[in-house]
Amino acid sequence: MTGPSPQQIVIVGASAAGVSAAMALRDQGYAGRLTLVDAQPHLPYERPPLSKRVLTLPDEEPSWLYPAQEYSHKAIDLRLGLRAQRLQEGAVHLDNGEALPFDRLLIATGVTARQWPGQMQMQGTHVLRSWDDALRLRQQLRQARRVLVIGAGVLGCEVTASARSLGLHVTLIDPQPVPMQRQLGPVLGGLLADLHRAQGVDLLCATGVQRLLAQDGRFAGVQTDDGRTLAADLLVVAIGAAPSTDWLQGSGLDLREGVVCDAYCRAADGIYAAGDVARWTCVHSGKLRRVEHRMHAAEQGAHAAANMLGPQQVFDPTPFFWSDQYQVKIQGYGFVEEGDEPVVAAGEVQSGRFVMAFIARGRVTALVGWNAARDLRLLRGRIGLPREQLAAA
Amino acid sequence: MNKQLGIFQVVVEDHKCVGAGQCVVVAPEVFDQRDEDGMVVLLQAQPDPALRPAVEKAVRLCPALAIRIEDR
Repeated sequence: MTGPSPQQIVIVGASAAGVSAAMALRDQGYAGRLTLVDAQPHLPYERPPLSKRVLTLPDEEPSWLYPAQEYSHKAIDLRLGLRAQRLQEGAVHLDNGEALPFDRLLIATGVTARQWPGQMQMQGTHVLRSWDDALRLRQQLRQARRVLVIGAGVLGCEVTASARSLGLHVTLIDPQPVPMQRQLGPVLGGLLADLHRAQGVDLLCATGVQRLLAQDGRFAGVQTDDGRTLAADLLVVAIGAAPSTDWLQGSGLDLREGVVCDAYCRAADGIYAAGDVARWTCVHSGKLRRVEHRMHAAEQGAHAAANMLGPQQVFDPTPFFWSDQYQVKIQGYGFVEEGDEPVVAAGEVQSGRFVMAFIARGRVTALVGWNAARDLRLLRGRIGLPREQLAAA
Repeated sequence: MNKQLGIFQVVVEDHKCVGAGQCVVVAPEVFDQRDEDGMVVLLQAQPDPALRPAVEKAVRLCPALAIRIEDR
């Protein structure tokens, strides 16, 4: 299966990681067969706008990753509306009966939004992952008055900000003590909580949802774990996403919380994974990580593509993420871990423009900018360095 | 004729920009970021042909795919 020069490459999943890999393969001179398959019918599009401009602008259309002709121009056989069902004997088996044999395979099937038990049985409930989800949510937001968002991660916070900017009453609930605790840590998370409250959001942290309530088959609110009943007419469930690996059952791959890979993004001989679905081995710590950020997907897709064609290079990224909420642009580099010490590295919290550095074992492990894009970019090189170097000009 | 001379145009769709600044990191002669919001500033729409590899890298790295190269 893995000769020196691949002639047939198959990529399953045509979103940020898969498309980036396909383009990178052609950029690097791969001239063999290249098939890019996806279960969705839409031309590959951007997901980040789905929680932002797509919800707030009534006529916003999908933002295509590339125009349609770019795929044919690069001899990328884009097969949409076909679901991969099985990986067996060096081929991907699709739901239309077709088998796609490969010398190299990239798994980039992403994640599926988790649902709240029972939400499908009620009208007026939403998850947000695809263009179709976004369109449906946008339409229903037009008629809604009280929105309830379960989950204050990146997606929940952005949907909250979008719904609030449409003038709706929004309640945001999460059992964590602050919003976006995982990405920002407790101090920045606390500032984000202040921002949402200042914008009039009914933010209930350290609160869990006990059950959903319905009236005449329509969502009517929730009961919280501290006994309160909160009425609402539209529910958005943003409690995270599960890696889409069901189709790989029986393939022999390690599928614990994603497609497990080595430090080269390799899941098995000739088989790679990239993007939201990939749980790869970090070379320095030996830890397995899975990152759900837009830029990471493109980077990892391109990296896996290079590894498919040539000498294996370790994947050792400094992931970048961003989140736009109200007038605030939050951007970050690196990995924020529990217990890391936050230190202001530029600007001042009071002024609403600053960069927070995170320190662990005396070194800078992450940076988060708050309306400080330029400062953040200039400090990026300090990641990995001792904390004393933060102050250096 | 332009293609032979290596002349190319850089086109930026600002509304797509998310302020990641990766373009500035790889091609600082061609791109900068606005101080107030980190949005891209195109310094040269028709850079020196020698800068093409750097600009191509910026095109691929941009998380919003807001940059393109046009050979006129």
